[in-house]
Amino acid sequence: MNILRKALVLVVPVMFLAGCATAPTDTTDEGLGTDSGVESSAGAGTGGSGIGSGSSSDSSAEPMGLSSGSDISSSSFSLDDNSSSNLLNTRVIYFDFDRSKVRAEFNEVIAAHASYLADNPGALMKLEGHADERGSREYNIGLGERRGNSVARHLGLQGAARGQLDVVSFGEERPATMGHDEASWELNRRVEIIYTKEQ
Amino acid sequence: MLKVILRSLLLLMLFWGGSAQSALTIEITQGVKGAMPIAIVPFTWEGPKPQAPLDISAIVTTDLYRSGRFSPLPERDMLARPSDPSKVNFQNWRVLGVENLVVGKVRAVANGQYIVQFVLFDVFRSTQITGQTFKVGKISDLRKTAHQVSDIIYESLLDERGAFDTRVAYVTQSQDAAGKPRYSLQVADADGHGPQAILNSREPLMSPSWSPDGKKLAYVTFEGGRPSIYTQDIRLGKREKIAGFRGINGAPAWSPDGTRMALVLSKDGSPDIYVMNLLNKKLTRLTTSYGIDTEPVWTRAGDAIVFTSDRGGKPQLYQVTLSNRQVKRLTFEGDYNARATLSPDGRMVAMVHGNGNRYQIAVMDLESGAMQVLTDTSLDESPSFAPNGSMIIYATESRNKGVLSAVSVDGRVRQRLVLQEGDAREPVWAPYGK
Repeated sequence: MNILRKALVLVVPVMFLAGCATAPTDTTDEGLGTDSGVESSAGAGTGGSGIGSGSSSDSSAEPMGLSSGSDISSSSFSLDDNSSSNLLNTRVIYFDFDRSKVRAEFNEVIAAHASYLADNPGALMKLEGHADERGSREYNIGLGERRGNSVARHLGLQGAARGQLDVVSFGEERPATMGHDEASWELNRRVEIIYTKEQ
Repeated sequence: MLKVILRSLLLLMLFWGGSAQSALTIEITQGVKGAMPIAIVPFTWEGPKPQAPLDISAIVTTDLYRSGRFSPLPERDMLARPSDPSKVNFQNWRVLGVENLVVGKVRAVANGQYIVQFVLFDVFRSTQITGQTFKVGKISDLRKTAHQVSDIIYESLLDERGAFDTRVAYVTQSQDAAGKPRYSLQVADADGHGPQAILNSREPLMSPSWSPDGKKLAYVTFEGGRPSIYTQDIRLGKREKIAGFRGINGAPAWSPDGTRMALVLSKDGSPDIYVMNLLNKKLTRLTTSYGIDTEPVWTRAGDAIVFTSDRGGKPQLYQVTLSNRQVKRLTFEGDYNARATLSPDGRMVAMVHGNGNRYQIAVMDLESGAMQVLTDTSLDESPSFAPNGSMIIYATESRNKGVLSAVSVDGRVRQRLVLQEGDAREPVWAPYGK
């Protein structure tokens, strides 16, 4: 079931890419390495539809909507909407090795979260920065923070208030997956988006 | 005489069979050609029970063997087993090529106390090199006495202080019944025996650092979901939070005089090196780069700090002088050099040296700048010198487990300490202390 959760996290960006391959707006960042990252994760997500339906039953593991029933009319997306087309359900941003630059493929996801935060000034978000296991642990703490700050900066530029964002780095201390190969490392170089307060 | 390279010889389990608490096993993965031949005759036991409570000579044999500097004669090859120095026939040992001989005895005396005696001989000169008598107050101190015997033999023959009677701290990670991670800060004898958890947590623990007197550890804990730095008295368990600022609180390192703590904070922007006066908690910021400055270690004189920084693009080692904040770069070879640790004599720096996907332990001579890779593994981390500078303990990965390994500073001797359960990492060798 651990694998299922991992796959869930992965499938969302894959679908997003497939659906928006024509969008030319976000090409400022280099796309190096992103292809391979998505490629290998697509393997994990071959059962995409099954995982999509499983997401609702697995919602306790993911910080999904509290289903309080209140509608957020001004936002295009709601945290309560668990569907995979909801960009707000992408809660993990992945990074290239030793890099903290947000890849272009995550621009729309970050824009969606930024606009949610702007529309819900009471909402609070924790950004947990992580690194893969290679190299030294304290340097990786620094790297994780840099990744968290990078996402925070993007969110801030797009309307989130600095006070809504809290960056905490765990370095390589909390890997998403325990393997010692490139496929695992890709999943571990990440920032996790956690809503500590939804409105 | 063992003049072969000894590979993957599982040793300690034999001697540790009786003690269920030992959680580590030691494998010598590579020994040394031309190690000094020595014979340690099993110590005789004089006491009411049929067997000694602890096989001291076996512990001494293991200590000397795993240092890589000695090749002990197997017991089955011994022609005689004297315990009385006057009964030693040196010819029995000369024919076996043994250069040095240790004999001894353990005696139970009143009040649960023990007398441990040993003598070290030069076989070819037929003379006594040294010998000592220990009065041991309780059964649990016998192991320490065994390591002290090893230290005396080591120093007498190699003219360098031994480090057998020392301790190591490290972090373990395991899973509880529900599959949730459990982190623990452990302190064990340098041979891995008798680990004791000094802190358990459901959140990550990191970066243990010994106080110079060996009485306290500083470390990073994520209790409460964010990092903070604590110091903790090993014996009393008393702990104190010394840093819990916004952002990173990391990489504590005690100054050589114990009055200050170098640490990493990101409260003012990117991670930078600070020094805290431990009496009044006043902070002094040492570095101001936009990059990641981290992993400070003090020079022996306490007047400068070596640290990791990626201010030049990739992580490399730099040194900052406390008086004028001048920074100079130390490493130029390889595209990743981090997590420095200085040898006790201050002449060498050990580090994590990365090339491509390999991260190995390397040492650099600070005067010449010559770099030598010591390990043949590829996910190495956290080097730490033995207090006599002879070995470096570090963490690596083996068969999908985090394990502790040690390598001699010349790279010729390697050993591995494997936890029975879970992963071990971030070993730090304690100073000699008091």
